[in-house]
Amino acid sequence: MPDAPGLELIAHEINDRHAGAITGTSYEHAQAALIVDPQRIREVLSHLRDAPEHEYRFLASLHGADYLPADPRFAVHYELLNMPRVERLRVKAPLVDPGPDALPEIDSVFELFPSVEFPEREVYDLFGILFRDHPDLRRILMPEDYVGWPQRRDFPIGGDPVIFTNNEHTVPGWVR
Amino acid sequence: MSIADTTRTEKQLGRDAIARTEAQVIGTSPIERTALEREEELFTINMGPHHPATHGVLRLLVSLEGEVVRDLKPVMGYLHTGIEKSMETKSYWKAITFIERMDYLAYFFNMEAFCGAVEKLLELEIPPRAAYLRIIHMELNRIHSHLVGLGTTSLDLGAISMLWYAFRERDKILDLFEMSSGQRMHTRYFQVGGVIEDIPVGFEKRVLEFCDEMPKRIDQYEALIDQNEIFLQRTRNTGVVSKERLLELGVTGPLLRAAGEPWDLRKVSDYLPYKDFEFQIPIGTTGDNYDRYRVRMDEMRESVKIIRQAIEGLPEGPFSSDDRKVVLPPRHELSTSMEALIHHFKLVTEGFRVPPGEVYFPIEGPRGELGCFVVADGSAKPARVHMRDPSFTNLQALRDMCVGGYVADLIANLAMLDPIIGGIDR
Amino acid sequence: MLRGDLEGPDLDEYVESRVLTTTLQKAQNWARGNSLFPATFGLACCAIEMIAMVSARYDTSRFGAEVFRASPRQADMLILSGRVSIKMVPVIRRVYDQMLEPKWVIAMGACSSSGGMFANYAVVQGADKFLPVDVHVPGCPPRPEALIYGILKLQRKVFEQPDLGWRDRYAAHGTEEGERRRHAGAIGVERAGTSPADGILGGDGDVAVSVKEALAGAEAGAHLSGHEAQDAAEYERGPDSRDLDPPGPDAGDKPGG
Repeated sequence: MPDAPGLELIAHEINDRHAGAITGTSYEHAQAALIVDPQRIREVLSHLRDAPEHEYRFLASLHGADYLPADPRFAVHYELLNMPRVERLRVKAPLVDPGPDALPEIDSVFELFPSVEFPEREVYDLFGILFRDHPDLRRILMPEDYVGWPQRRDFPIGGDPVIFTNNEHTVPGWVR
Repeated sequence: MSIADTTRTEKQLGRDAIARTEAQVIGTSPIERTALEREEELFTINMGPHHPATHGVLRLLVSLEGEVVRDLKPVMGYLHTGIEKSMETKSYWKAITFIERMDYLAYFFNMEAFCGAVEKLLELEIPPRAAYLRIIHMELNRIHSHLVGLGTTSLDLGAISMLWYAFRERDKILDLFEMSSGQRMHTRYFQVGGVIEDIPVGFEKRVLEFCDEMPKRIDQYEALIDQNEIFLQRTRNTGVVSKERLLELGVTGPLLRAAGEPWDLRKVSDYLPYKDFEFQIPIGTTGDNYDRYRVRMDEMRESVKIIRQAIEGLPEGPFSSDDRKVVLPPRHELSTSMEALIHHFKLVTEGFRVPPGEVYFPIEGPRGELGCFVVADGSAKPARVHMRDPSFTNLQALRDMCVGGYVADLIANLAMLDPIIGGIDR
Repeated sequence: MLRGDLEGPDLDEYVESRVLTTTLQKAQNWARGNSLFPATFGLACCAIEMIAMVSARYDTSRFGAEVFRASPRQADMLILSGRVSIKMVPVIRRVYDQMLEPKWVIAMGACSSSGGMFANYAVVQGADKFLPVDVHVPGCPPRPEALIYGILKLQRKVFEQPDLGWRDRYAAHGTEEGERRRHAGAIGVERAGTSPADGILGGDGDVAVSVKEALAGAEAGAHLSGHEAQDAAEYERGPDSRDLDPPGPDAGDKPGG
């Protein structure tokens, strides 16, 4: 894991190369995270993958998170790993919720890391985040005709109500 | 056959039959005829989700040209359980039961990933006895997972006896789990801060007996199928993917090690004191199915070594951390101490609060890197839990493994990939 | 023993002690129950315990149920082992429809019986929402011995009354099985409209009557034995409102009936 000063150096270096790409850093529990402008995600990740002093060639995981009361609401996390040095770096791309009629969008990094094919589909399926230029963006875990983005915080958990004696007569088919 | 008959069959039967019927009309033998003609039409078949060989409910759309696979599309989601969202509604303590049912053959690993992540968020150290107990149970679970994987693989390849022998050993391991926690599967044995209960008297003896017996059993399995001509024909040089391509696809675990890359999180990271033990990482050479099988067999032997070293060097001490704000007090304290009772009550009803933060905690599961990403928002329930499951990413390699090979090799590849659909679909 | 050595009741007793007589129905049920072929339908964790049940330690082969048929056409029992996700429901229903009568379903584990611990958007809360389930085996996962006990319960049901059970008891309103049987004349129920959903909720208020008729028809046709007769009688009586409320101060009264 790059330590806190190392993380700042990386952030400054990337900001020198691609101005304004890194909007913040976060170092907690000995894990380093770069907070990135989502429109520049491809530049940042290709720099981290190809620059000889970084070489984070393995993308261990891509996942999304919904921080609902907080703004920006969504974030896509990329867990990068440099295997020879055993260093992990998290890249976090916060996305603003564009309202109920549109979906947040971010570029897909499929050409850089082919391992994101299924994870990006999963984030699209469960959060509704569109990945531009993904080869095959469709639902992966929910049925294809499902409506709704289940893992968003405002999506109800679902399931059946628990049947007690005070509501059993309102549940259809339970007591005749 | 008249001309009218051939037009009817053309509509009903399809092109393959036409080739044969034309041969009958013209007079050359059908075999010669099909050897001359190239099949140019792709025939897409659907394997699963209900299929004897798909290791769970995985659906594969396979495009075939004759017997050769040209394209493969896995369709998943038939076991999607919404575990990650359900965990957001339960306190950290109760969420452990959800997360252990994700990858249902590696339940101790699921628990360790989640508990380790939460312990990292809380900056909580677990006592050495708990760490060793966790390692023992996790390595037993690794052997268990490899046994079930090898048993079902042999079932798919036709060597059914191996299934019975593997499950015989699996029952012995489950007896050990039942001894320490009371349940065979999904034991809920780990908790944030250590383990939930100390091991009973006699456990160490039973584990050592198991460690003595297991290498002989592994020899038995190897004697059974290692030199078996059919098994070798079906697994040698099938499903080969290069190491670089596997790394591009994000594959980890025995598949990557069989291709020659010596990557094992037990050796490179220190989430648990694996460095106290002496064990090796088996590596393959070509990355074909036979190497994957051998890597798993040797991993079982290495796990037996780890278990033996751990149980012989098991340190004395508490089995869970002392921080009573987070860890349940041992039951015998409840009858004597008032604070223990209050802590117990608070922990069971409300649960402990975790300061805000996010962490990604990867461990080495039996199928690869199992990572747990937890976002805590300061309340008693996790705000987001995501498991980076190895089978989900390993499945992306299935297309590379199968394209260009035969359908029969597809079965062997899928079996050796060892996907667990509970982990893929969560 | 020559002809004429025994006469009358002695002869009867001699024959009865040496020859097993039975009806064809009972013999058929005995054969069916002792050779239940499960269809391989492992979904999740319970599937592993199901394989363990078939393996050497908990051998179901001694009960005749170890031949797992991959094709649903050759199977007569479906052991739903594991959580039933919403995407999987049409697949399971199709496999169930492909099985030939008589067929039975065991819902193994908490998840297929009732949704288990997963009360959320993705898991169907119980397989009996879309399939007729004969035996529910609780557990998470149930031990192989528990599943064997479930299979033995199913065997007893098959020996006694394979076709009776939930279909006739609840008259199978609004389900495919019920409609098929109604058209085959097994349940004589007058229906106002043509839609299968007519009779169950609201409609013309004849629900209770038609259900009673169905029960009467079923009872006339078949013989309910033992606890099933008790259950059917209780069902006909309706739920006792006395049972729902806790006993009040005058609980010394003997409850009628």
